[in-house]
Amino acid sequence: MQNYDLANGSLRELNATLHAQNHNTNQTVWEIENPKGAHAIACGLDAPIEVTVKGSTGYYSAGMNQQATVNITGSAGPGVAENMMSGKVVIDGDASQYAGATGHGGLLVIKGNASSRCGISMKGINIVVHGSIGHMSAFMGQSGNLVVCGDAGDALGDSCYEARLFVRGSVKSLGADCEQKEMRTEHLEILKALLAESESDAKPEEFKRYGSARNLYNFNIDNAY
Amino acid sequence: MCGIVGLFLKDKSMEPQLGALLTDMLITMTDRGPDSAGIAIYGNEVPDNAKLTVQSDTPETDFLDLKSELVKTIQGGLEIRVQSTHAVLEIQADQMSKARTALKSIRPNIRVMSTGESLEIYKEVGLPKDVASRFNLKNMSGSHGIGHTRMATESAVTTMGAHPFNTGIDQCLVHNGSLSNHNSLRRKLRRDGVHIETENDTEVGAAYVTWKMQQGSSLGEALESSLEDLDGFFTFVVGTKDGFGVVRDPIACKPAVMAETEQYVAFGSEYRALVNLPSIENARIWEPEPATVYFWKH
Repeated sequence: MQNYDLANGSLRELNATLHAQNHNTNQTVWEIENPKGAHAIACGLDAPIEVTVKGSTGYYSAGMNQQATVNITGSAGPGVAENMMSGKVVIDGDASQYAGATGHGGLLVIKGNASSRCGISMKGINIVVHGSIGHMSAFMGQSGNLVVCGDAGDALGDSCYEARLFVRGSVKSLGADCEQKEMRTEHLEILKALLAESESDAKPEEFKRYGSARNLYNFNIDNAY
Repeated sequence: MCGIVGLFLKDKSMEPQLGALLTDMLITMTDRGPDSAGIAIYGNEVPDNAKLTVQSDTPETDFLDLKSELVKTIQGGLEIRVQSTHAVLEIQADQMSKARTALKSIRPNIRVMSTGESLEIYKEVGLPKDVASRFNLKNMSGSHGIGHTRMATESAVTTMGAHPFNTGIDQCLVHNGSLSNHNSLRRKLRRDGVHIETENDTEVGAAYVTWKMQQGSSLGEALESSLEDLDGFFTFVVGTKDGFGVVRDPIACKPAVMAETEQYVAFGSEYRALVNLPSIENARIWEPEPATVYFWKH
């Protein structure tokens, strides 16, 4: 296992070292100590490596991830796993605003709560939050799945396209053009797989599904001010 | 962008460390605001005395003989502590308005930073580390304090545009964000006789809170109504003689992290600002909810 202590080294050197790993690297397991809320830790990775960040991170950790598995043992600041393409990011604590924003693929697991704008403009990423999420989550979500084992805040799924939103608890309010939808067998199967992969013991049957009412897809004079 | 830090001590034995802890938090937030920095510190009050913290761009002349000249016009004693461009005048509380009137005529260029029994505000243009060392912040003690690092967006980089703003006796406010209706609100407040000195948006926010309280609102009520009357982005941290409060606008895009232990409650724009606090690894850490007023009191 490779170890990098940010108390003695620079963030730029750490990220450059991680970027230098390619698909057949032998250095597949990394541990990063003393993150102390620094920004952009383990950002832009593109290799099948496992990185554990021991502590809490600041802005944009594990952003633009491809292939790598990143585990943050504390909490994550704003924009964690933003624009993830593939791989897996697991946060043991809470995540701040816009976690998983614009993500195209991969799996983001937040074992605590996520704050506002979780999964904003998601484009194919899967996000599983064991706790609750804040307001304006999945705003303009285009595709992918957002699974919330707790409650959702105001304006869930506002102006969303085809992202699937699953909430086990209450939804404070639905955003414009977001509605509750029928839960079919295929959705229960998606949920079952995502819950298992994210180590949640919630049952698929306990969730409700929300998504686009598709009324904003075409221009409608009644929607104009 | 701007940086805010705040520390409210529950454990009195930590009071001598307040300045050192806040200085470290403030300097960590330099990336968020390298233009200017300021700190409001509460403590060291003397019964029946009040403190007037003033600033001058020419302290070597303005503060020279200030004590003897002021003593002539007010009855009772006066102590003066000069700290770089700032001076704290300690006066009997009932002599405060007389002293302020006298100051206006004998030192017209002096600017009042704060008034209160416990509060002192120090702020200047420059990097937070330079501002902190100029005022020797790390050696200050107190029960609670709020600091701010500024990246100016709405008005010029000046001492008077720096935060914290004094909103009333022993009250202060710092802001991260930008208010979009500050011009119309400034005009409205000025029509109501509220003195607003600069073109700064936060000064309007601070004046609004002061004005609401003059109309009979409590600080909590004034903050609640700010959610209705102020348009724009804000995370406000406010200080009072015995407490401090936090409120974020309903969109809550300006960051905020809080930590609480048996010993203290701390605020930071980012978690980075909190990492060197004692026992932070065992603290309860959370993000304050949007449009919710939080308050802690001694």
